[in-house]
Amino acid sequence: MTAAEPVLQVDGLRVRFASDAGAVAAVNGISFALDRGETLALVGESGSGKSVTSLAVMRLLPPPPVCEVGGRISLAEAEGGVRDLLALPEEAMCRVRGDRVSMIFQEPMTSLNPVLPVGEQIAEAIRFHRAASRRVALAAATDLLERVGIPEPRKRLGSYAHHLSGGQRQRVMIAMALACNPEVLIADEPTTALDVTVQAQILELLRRLQQETGMAVIFITHNLGVVAEIADRVLVMYAGRAVEEAEVATLFRRPLMPYTAGLLASVPRLPEAGCKGREGVRFAAIPGTVPDPLALPSGCSFHPRCVHAKPGLCDSEVPDLEDAGPGHRVRCRRWRAIDGS
Amino acid sequence: MTGFLLRRLGQSLLLLWLVSVIGFAVLHLAPGGPLAEFTLTPGMTAAELKRIAHQMGLDRPLPVQYWEWFRRMVVGNWGRSYRDNQPVLWEIGARLPATLELMISSTLIAVLLGTWIGVLGAVRRYSIFDSLATVGAMIALSIPTFWFGLVVIYIFSVLLGWLPPGNLHTTGNSSFLNYAWHLIAPATVLGLVTVAIWSRYMRSSMLNVINQDFVRTARAKGLPQRVVLLRHSLRNALLPMIAIAGLQLPTLLGGALVTETVFTWPGMGRLFLDSIGYRDYPVVMGILMLSALMVIGSNLVADILYAVADPRIRLR
Repeated sequence: MTAAEPVLQVDGLRVRFASDAGAVAAVNGISFALDRGETLALVGESGSGKSVTSLAVMRLLPPPPVCEVGGRISLAEAEGGVRDLLALPEEAMCRVRGDRVSMIFQEPMTSLNPVLPVGEQIAEAIRFHRAASRRVALAAATDLLERVGIPEPRKRLGSYAHHLSGGQRQRVMIAMALACNPEVLIADEPTTALDVTVQAQILELLRRLQQETGMAVIFITHNLGVVAEIADRVLVMYAGRAVEEAEVATLFRRPLMPYTAGLLASVPRLPEAGCKGREGVRFAAIPGTVPDPLALPSGCSFHPRCVHAKPGLCDSEVPDLEDAGPGHRVRCRRWRAIDGS
Repeated sequence: MTGFLLRRLGQSLLLLWLVSVIGFAVLHLAPGGPLAEFTLTPGMTAAELKRIAHQMGLDRPLPVQYWEWFRRMVVGNWGRSYRDNQPVLWEIGARLPATLELMISSTLIAVLLGTWIGVLGAVRRYSIFDSLATVGAMIALSIPTFWFGLVVIYIFSVLLGWLPPGNLHTTGNSSFLNYAWHLIAPATVLGLVTVAIWSRYMRSSMLNVINQDFVRTARAKGLPQRVVLLRHSLRNALLPMIAIAGLQLPTLLGGALVTETVFTWPGMGRLFLDSIGYRDYPVVMGILMLSALMVIGSNLVADILYAVADPRIRLR
């Protein structure tokens, strides 16, 4: 297998939820490729479809008729070729989940089973995927706990989630996700519920583990500070669509989509030296709110909030994702004009 | 834990005492009395009745009667039945096994069937099965036990002749199978209400659990549906059911009263009803105290089990 071949490729992913008010398109044709060892950040506001995208990859969304998933999710096979996860029977998908693709979640407290010891919960995946005995699996769980930096791992095997601190719980979640050496790890806002100092430790841990194992990571976040720290590439999502995709450095230096620019501008910064106190410093915000998925605006979904929007151009048709440079794609009709200004 | 047990013991004793006072008062306030049967005896005179009442201590003020009963009760002397002069404890002891047999088997039916219906209803929410279970539970809760018992007897004993219409076993045949055969109808009738209640609670408890994050985590690990449901979901969903089980005992005791009467089941419930009819105060008070003890005890056991089953709970 060549290194250039992506480990995971998503093509035209669509997710629709049935609701009383009609079908809601949560994800509207997302495509991306994930290379081995790479970290791709999915960025966007709440409701942009980033979590739904990750759950669709894991096939953890409710079955039809509640939720319809379309498109292709191709996972590279060791012997070459790919396998479409969306076409797999549930049983075969169970063998992929937690083994080749695994996931960690935002809220480590509620994501751990409160009545099972954490050691059991880590060992479980190994027992199922590797057909290991309980004893072997628990020994492996001890090693995993040590790798994610839990002190006295052997003692911690019998602990319950409520015995652990928030950071430790997320470390346990990571140990659980890494139990079978996955090729792809999906991290859905893994640091959002944690203290800032703990956030940094968890990010550092994820980076270290990624270097050790060479796994690819899809990192979902709305925190651009975290993106700058961990991502190789960024996919910005808005209202269920990818609106910009670029290498992280490119994106931060030269955001083309006005929405990305707005997101970057809204990151709070300390006042410049010499500035007097906090006076006069205001957070830049993007005006308006995320559109109602039941009533998306015509044309570019972002045009009602966009300062660059041009009537007749931006509100007529959904713009295509255009190439704007090496590895840089943007969904905006006016990106050339905005970039030049 | 010790502190918790001591406190609960104190509360339980207070509760038992209240039950005894209220029970005693209500029983003596009810019109009629144990002497009623003597009034029909030919040649009975008012003076003779008065003498009997005096002998039985029934002419003394109620608080005194209560005190006399109470101080003997606490040391284990529960008195003798007015009807056949047997010790109350002996009377109850002779009837208790039949009641326990009925209650335990109907509870087993209720828990197994109710859990299964509840879990399946939650997993296949809004399916045909779920709708049928919902309607079925409503019907089961609305049917009076005595009527349902009679219908079961009419259909399965009278019309079809498959099941015996009552009694513990056929006289002269005390094989296990014969006992079990006699148990089917009354245990089902008594269990019906509990199946309905249990399946409804189970369904909502399970629905609550299967939408939680840790169930998603379990599925994200690739565990098959069966493991996700049994090991991760059911285990959590059963926790609140422990308390429900503790609360179900009074319903079951009340139901046993009716079921035993309908199926001529020689248990404690029927003894209780008969004794009330005769105003057999010592037996009625004895069964009342024993039932209260069972209810309070089962709630205490439920609390302790709760702490055993849920590592987050520590009793203090």
